[in-house]
Amino acid sequence: MFGIKIETKDLSVWYKDKQILKEIFLSIPEKQITAIMGPSGCGKTTLLKALNRLLDIHEGYKVSGEVLLDGNNVYDPKVNPMEIRARIGMVFQKPSPFPHLSIYDNVVVGLKLRGITDKKYLDDVVKEVLNKVGLWDEVKDRLESSAAKLSGGQQQRLCIARALALNPEVLLLDEPTSALDPISAAKIESLLLDLKKEYTIIIVTHNIQQAARISDYAAFLYMGQLIEFGKTQEIFTNPKNELTEKYVEGRM
Amino acid sequence: MSILTKVRKWFLRFDPLGSISAFSGVFLVVLIAVFIAALLYHSAPVFEKFGLNFITGGTWNPMKDIYGALPFIWGTFITSAIAIVLAVVLSYGAAYFIVEIAPLKLREFLSSIVELIVAIPSVIIGLWGMFYVVPFVRDTLKSILSPLSSIPLFGGTTSGYSYMAAIIVLTFMITPISTSFIKNAMESVPIELKEAAYALGATKYEVFRIVSRPLARRSALAGVVLAYGRAIGETMAVVMVIGNSPTISISLFNPGYTLAAVIANEFLEATTTLHVSALIALGAILLAWSLIVNILAAFVLRLVRAQ
Ligand SMILES: Nc1ncnc2c1ncn2[C@@H]1O[C@H](COP(=O)(O)OP(=O)(O)O)[C@@H](O)[C@H]1O
Ligand SMILES: [Mg+2]
Repeated sequence: MFGIKIETKDLSVWYKDKQILKEIFLSIPEKQITAIMGPSGCGKTTLLKALNRLLDIHEGYKVSGEVLLDGNNVYDPKVNPMEIRARIGMVFQKPSPFPHLSIYDNVVVGLKLRGITDKKYLDDVVKEVLNKVGLWDEVKDRLESSAAKLSGGQQQRLCIARALALNPEVLLLDEPTSALDPISAAKIESLLLDLKKEYTIIIVTHNIQQAARISDYAAFLYMGQLIEFGKTQEIFTNPKNELTEKYVEGRM
Repeated sequence: MSILTKVRKWFLRFDPLGSISAFSGVFLVVLIAVFIAALLYHSAPVFEKFGLNFITGGTWNPMKDIYGALPFIWGTFITSAIAIVLAVVLSYGAAYFIVEIAPLKLREFLSSIVELIVAIPSVIIGLWGMFYVVPFVRDTLKSILSPLSSIPLFGGTTSGYSYMAAIIVLTFMITPISTSFIKNAMESVPIELKEAAYALGATKYEVFRIVSRPLARRSALAGVVLAYGRAIGETMAVVMVIGNSPTISISLFNPGYTLAAVIANEFLEATTTLHVSALIALGAILLAWSLIVNILAAFVLRLVRAQ
């Protein structure tokens, strides 16, 4: 068995008067890939943003229950959400490199925020994380050019690198390949399989095949409720819930 | 081909909107050219008489027909320069507060206040300046700044009617203009990019610093240029508070004059050709000033886009 990296206890989220997530109990195993599946609008993105307290920056959300990171509630009033977000990297559906910054600066921007300015160190990190995401050879000669000039797939890998530069413990990915062509998507999938040696990965996807291909554990979310959670193999071959079965068979 | 068919063909090809816009385009260019030509033509006499001394001369005495523009150039320069610096600082603060800190309701309220101030007629602001700003400068600001009175900029005594009063009034008038531009630009920064910055552990201010401010820079610059143009050209509100004295003073507490203000004040009473010519020449200087600022701004915008 694996250690539990993140645990949600009775997690509910409201947007204004609408309850978006309903009493979610979920245990995310360490250094595994957990897929969160479910139809559009079921609350997948909201769940991810609840984990790193990104919901806090928007007006209108209310969160109840607990999110435990290594056993400590991230919603504890004593906790600084900025610290949490730096420990949990996030990659979004739409590739979102900072278009006004160079490739290099996109990678180091998080480190610079933490006051790290040592050029040698930053150079090393850039090389290391760009290597990790398989981008180094493609961009090493134009690190100073704008990140906006990269292709969609390269931009998304740059965003993963940007998150990895902070050396996070957890990586959240919100449908990271849905805006990409199949080849770029495949690159990112194999990259994630590499990364799970070092990071706990949670990936939201509404691509059922993708979940089956790369995840170790899978959760099925439906209308804000966690319908089923377990080993991916179990979920796909032997779902306990009828809704899950319909979903993984593509009948929903 | 009969005349009638020709006319009919012409009618069929006639594109009213296209013709109107082509016509207005040509019309505008001609208008500006005629305008500049007229300004230069009418300002010729004063330049013939005084040469460049007209620009560098510090004496303006219509009684003796002596005309030097420097007091007005100085007044326009110092009031607009300080007002624009204050406006930029205040605008960023205000825009940051409105976009990033204020809750939704307050944000909408403040946004409409900003737009409202932009629309206040300048004579009304001038009245406010006379009744509140001038006494404030005389009774309060002078004593607040008295520790600095050894600095020439803040020295001397004051009646309240001064560069300082004009600076305050101008700042009040132009800050909402630049605020409005900066605010709109900050609001149009994609939320995904801001979220991406937050997700790296950035604080609200850091998100502003690394994402919103650089992405809003172009529109901010456009707003600041517009605000500056208003500051150098503002007439009514300045006339009412600056003291209208054609002198050059270093102290902001002394009365002064600006290009726009003296043109408005003296034009109707100007009787000699030279006096009229001198006032028109001041107008030409003002026009050149704002054209240069706009050209420089277009140039800077290019650089910002290119980087
Ligand atoms: N800011 C918001 N405004 C209005 N509705 C929202 C907002 N955020 C989330 N919702 C609602 O919450 C539900 C879940 O959204 P989301 O988490 O984005 O779903 P998913 O990522 O699974 O497609 C949706 O029904 C959506 O309409
Ligand atoms: Mg989503």
